[in-house]
Amino acid sequence: MAVGKSITRTEGRDKVTGKAKYIDDYTCPDMWYGKTLRSEIAHGRIISINFSDSFDWSQVVVVDYKDIPVKNLVALIFDDQPLLAESVVKHVGEPIILIAAPSKELAERAIKNIEITYEAFPAALSIEESLSVKAKIFGDDNIFKHYTITRGSVADAFQSAEIVVEGSYFVGHQEQLYIETNGVIATTKKDGSIIIQGSMQCPYYIHRAIKEIFGLSDEQVVVIQTVTGGGFGGKEDFPSVVAGHAALLSRKCGHPVKIVYERGEDFAASTKRHPALIKHRTGLTRDGQLLATEVDITFDGGAYCTLSPVVLSRGVIHAIGPYKCPNVKINGSVVATNTPPNGAFRGFGVPQACFAGEMHMEKIAKTLGISSVELRRKNMLREGDITSTGQKLLYSVGTQEVLDTVIERSDYLSRVEEYKNPSDNKCRGIGLSFFYHGGGFTGSGEEKIKGKAAVELDTHGQVKILTASTEIGQGTKTIFRQIVAEELGISLDSVIFGDTDTSKVPDSGPTVASRTCMVVGKVIQMAAANLKNEIKKLVAQKVNCDISQVEIANGQISCPDVEKLSFTQTAIECVKEHGEIKTMAQYSSPPGIKWDEINYTGDAYPVFSYGADVVEVEVDMDTYEVKITKVITASDIGKAINPAMAEGQIEGGMVQALGYGLCEEVVWRDGKILNNRFTNYIIPTALDIPEMETILVEKPYPYGPYGAKGLGELPMDGGAPALVAAIANATGAFITEIPATPERILAALEAK
Amino acid sequence: MNTVYSVKELNEAYKILSQESVKVIAGGTDLMVFYSSGLSLPKKILDIWQLNELRNINEEGDYLKIGSLCTYTQLINDERVKHFAPCLVSASKTIGAVQIQNRGTLGGNIVNGSPAGDSLPVLAAFDVKLEIGSLNGIRQVPFNSFYTGYRQTVLAENELLLGILLPKQKDREKSEFYKVGTRAAQAISKVVIAFRAIVNAEKKIEFIAIGLGSVAPTVIRATKTETLLNGAEITFDLIEQARVQLSQEIVPIDDIRSTEHYRRVVTGNLIAKFLRVF
Amino acid sequence: MSVQLNINNKDYVVEVAPMKRLLDVLREDIGLTGTKEGCGEGECGACSVFIDGSVVNSCLVPVCQTNGSKITTVEGLSNNELSKLQQAFIDCNAAQCGICIPGMLIAAQALLDLNPNPSRGEIREAIAGNLCRCTGYMKIVDAIEIAATANKG
Ligand SMILES: Cc1cc2nc3c(=O)[nH]c(=O)nc-3n(C[C@H](O)[C@H](O)[C@H](O)COP(=O)(O)OP(=O)(O)OC[C@H]3O[C@@H](n4cnc5c(N)ncnc54)[C@H](O)[C@@H]3O)c2cc1C
Ligand code: FES
Ligand code: FES
Repeated sequence: MAVGKSITRTEGRDKVTGKAKYIDDYTCPDMWYGKTLRSEIAHGRIISINFSDSFDWSQVVVVDYKDIPVKNLVALIFDDQPLLAESVVKHVGEPIILIAAPSKELAERAIKNIEITYEAFPAALSIEESLSVKAKIFGDDNIFKHYTITRGSVADAFQSAEIVVEGSYFVGHQEQLYIETNGVIATTKKDGSIIIQGSMQCPYYIHRAIKEIFGLSDEQVVVIQTVTGGGFGGKEDFPSVVAGHAALLSRKCGHPVKIVYERGEDFAASTKRHPALIKHRTGLTRDGQLLATEVDITFDGGAYCTLSPVVLSRGVIHAIGPYKCPNVKINGSVVATNTPPNGAFRGFGVPQACFAGEMHMEKIAKTLGISSVELRRKNMLREGDITSTGQKLLYSVGTQEVLDTVIERSDYLSRVEEYKNPSDNKCRGIGLSFFYHGGGFTGSGEEKIKGKAAVELDTHGQVKILTASTEIGQGTKTIFRQIVAEELGISLDSVIFGDTDTSKVPDSGPTVASRTCMVVGKVIQMAAANLKNEIKKLVAQKVNCDISQVEIANGQISCPDVEKLSFTQTAIECVKEHGEIKTMAQYSSPPGIKWDEINYTGDAYPVFSYGADVVEVEVDMDTYEVKITKVITASDIGKAINPAMAEGQIEGGMVQALGYGLCEEVVWRDGKILNNRFTNYIIPTALDIPEMETILVEKPYPYGPYGAKGLGELPMDGGAPALVAAIANATGAFITEIPATPERILAALEAK
Repeated sequence: MNTVYSVKELNEAYKILSQESVKVIAGGTDLMVFYSSGLSLPKKILDIWQLNELRNINEEGDYLKIGSLCTYTQLINDERVKHFAPCLVSASKTIGAVQIQNRGTLGGNIVNGSPAGDSLPVLAAFDVKLEIGSLNGIRQVPFNSFYTGYRQTVLAENELLLGILLPKQKDREKSEFYKVGTRAAQAISKVVIAFRAIVNAEKKIEFIAIGLGSVAPTVIRATKTETLLNGAEITFDLIEQARVQLSQEIVPIDDIRSTEHYRRVVTGNLIAKFLRVF
Repeated sequence: MSVQLNINNKDYVVEVAPMKRLLDVLREDIGLTGTKEGCGEGECGACSVFIDGSVVNSCLVPVCQTNGSKITTVEGLSNNELSKLQQAFIDCNAAQCGICIPGMLIAAQALLDLNPNPSRGEIREAIAGNLCRCTGYMKIVDAIEIAATANKG
């Protein structure tokens, strides 16, 4: 059995010996280095670009928007983002001029010898300023996208509610802060074709972006992923920009061009998690039954649309959390501001929604004077229940299991009592959160993408996995091998993972949305099943039996009246006779899935994963510093293909979530980020995080590989609200804006 | 290209300092950060990393003499420093993390003069004397008159900081070091304080010294609060007076790490915390 | 200037600018790219190496200060066989994206050299200068603890 075991990482050895090659580890003799000159202002017109006479410009290559052969565009949802600014700049850090030079130092010097003057326009730097159209950034109203979800009649239901609770919550930006910055090497061939190597999540996104910029065919663009030092969404869409820039430079200078961002540049220029202002109004019975919920969500999209509508959509769908409520009205907008575009970050709209929703549940519990646990138990979705979009949950609903598990393991109820009377200047508290996360793309997304993957039997009798799903640390290369080995009944050693290279692998869709294992893993499983069938067919022909009599297990092939055959040997022979055997599979939705894109009703996701977190804190009442003392999570992920890796995902996601709640804050002045460095954008160290208890709950999803469903993002959702609830329970300070810094805790205590 | 003079003898260093305009580099943990964040390197650099004579720690009567090149790791592990200046050990343990503690030096922290330098409140509270050398000989400067403004010191271009003379902590004396940083390690201080006091059995404060960082343009001594407390008996009222006095005496600002208000409140709380234990 | 270095038990002489960061010398002049850059300012520890037995951030050390020094990088932690520490990192699934791991291994080795039997708290302290964005540190702490036990046994 390969599935369900904590197999060690496929590329583990390379990663512990320093052999793994990340993009900055590559060089070639004639390589040049690219640098980017960016806007210094948040909004305005470029008046002049002055190239200093004291610099010898013949040593370098300069690129501006006029060098773009076809479309000055970062191709994504709306075609609003230029690859290089033309006359107007809409955010600090917007790229304007590119330089390539034989050395980094020279490229840097060239950049310093260019001076740009601007005519500044008014800038809208916050959600409020955007809505009041302080500056026109997108259309007439600065609204990129609006969604509404309606179920039942909230107006009537509020009439009959015995109690109404309102709350307003705000979350700021969060930076992905992968430890490897963005980087690519672009090489232009003599025939005009372009090769991109680099750090990325989605090779086919870059593939499409480059095709559009240069007007090239599928074959003329090759995108190859190098070992990638973390992504978390930050390398979903943004690498298309870096790749586009490097390709422009390479085309003009005739050399391969490497662009690897320095930390400060990466931080200032790349996408972040959307800030959000979220308002809840909830009507209940006196004993805590949800009757009506109204939620108003506004996301700050930044200067260009990028993926914002998709992020908003997910935020809106997850707005009320894993609770049943017969009357719902959710309004969501994403607005344009003169700040760098926000984009994908693990959780993709849900952490924002979940923070607001779960804090609001805490507020309701306090208002009603009932226990946080009871309130959740009373309203939680169970099998057969219906979500806010009208989706009936038919299977794999682990709500009760995850909640019961963390409550029990943490001894939540006794802790609440125990911590009520602090003995000294340290207050202790415990907090709970309960959440869900839809796996795969929203609505008909997976149907549209129809992700493909293949497996191939090679001359060594090995099965090679061909997929565009990337390994970014989350374990793709390992779990896919496990799935294929399991499906084929062969040993893991017989399964290898092919290069992530668009000229060799089919488009499996992007590596996002917790879809890699659940969606592409299933496609891989199907491809493996097809291969198994092919092999059985060939063997049946050979030994002259019926295909149904051929079995493959434990690396051996058995059929009646013949001695067991070794899989590898047989495979080698098959390939010798018939050539390499490749089988492909493509995604198809589980039966019965329906989604109405216009009314936003129906099956928003094929399935949800569920989680519950308990966090304990100790707050120093002299300094208002929060020490996290205990973390317990339970996650229903259907099936852990590789339990150790699943735990790793949860632990890592949880720490990002705790950072989000505790200390991660982007500080702005006039549209500029003041803390674009590791020293002042504060993420948790090993000393800021306690030991964690990670509990896996497995309620199988019938249409996932071996029951698996989404996992990658779930752990990002509940950490912040559980932490902030713990702070509230410890100190009485109810914080509605994260991160809950000591400064905010003090302010909340003073406001009490 | 830069010229780097790597010296092994103090006299060599003095000579170069007297003849050329050079920037001194010790562990480089401050300087290298400045340079990688865009500042250009000075033309000429004096590398003193190999001046091993500045790595000594010696007892000299009532004083502990600590060379300027001592790293935090060295301070943390030195038995004499542990015994006679436990506060300096506490401070050293909070600096950066092990990689920085292995490379960063006490002298670098002093001369760099960041108001958030974590060893500085300790040195202020202990009234250490700095030993400064040049071709002209050695002079002593009280630590508390070393800084003349934000990152400004009385150190002349041709001088080198040799080390500090730290009065040994007395048996009856109690000292505490509090750092309120942005996280548990690799953190810059939002408030950093060193307290030192002798309090008798009747709760009378015979002596108190308070050094504070990150709450003014330089590290400071809270002289007004010290005056209020010296000779007084610790009571609830006195603690409250001290809390108010100290939070008024400092001049913190809002910056990307924290706010003026928070710094005032927390500073006040911390003196209360220190006094509560007596 | 000409700098003599002993890196992973091999002698090198390189002709470089004296203020070039040791990190860049290792990666560019020597070709040892196992040591990574995450921040270039001493915060992340991805560039950790041993200089004369003590762990430092190679992005903060100008190469002129290492003339004649003995340097160990991640590539020097094993010859043909993985060290117990490296093996433990594999066994515990301690590496995810892997970019922090070279520095993490060096910091962990530095701890084990000084304290062969550390508590989990001491392990956390020893790697507090090494930021990891993927793992949440749990499995890294596990791996170091297991390596310490393996060393004893
Ligand atoms: C990641 C990181 C974390 C840090 N964390 C902390 C922290 O928590 N707390 C804290 O206080 N600091 C911290 N620092 C700052 C720094 O490590 C300390 O200030 C350290 O003590 C500086 O010593 P150095 O030898 O490295 O100084 P260098 O960088 O070599 O020099 C600093 C300054 O002092 C001058 N100088 C040094 N020695 C002498 C001398 N003997 N005579 C004359 N001039 C001299 C230099 O010319 C320079 O101006 C941190 C730095 C980094 C990179
Ligand atoms: S690169 Fe040296 S510490 Fe981050
Ligand atoms: S494994 Fe990715 S940063 Fe540590």
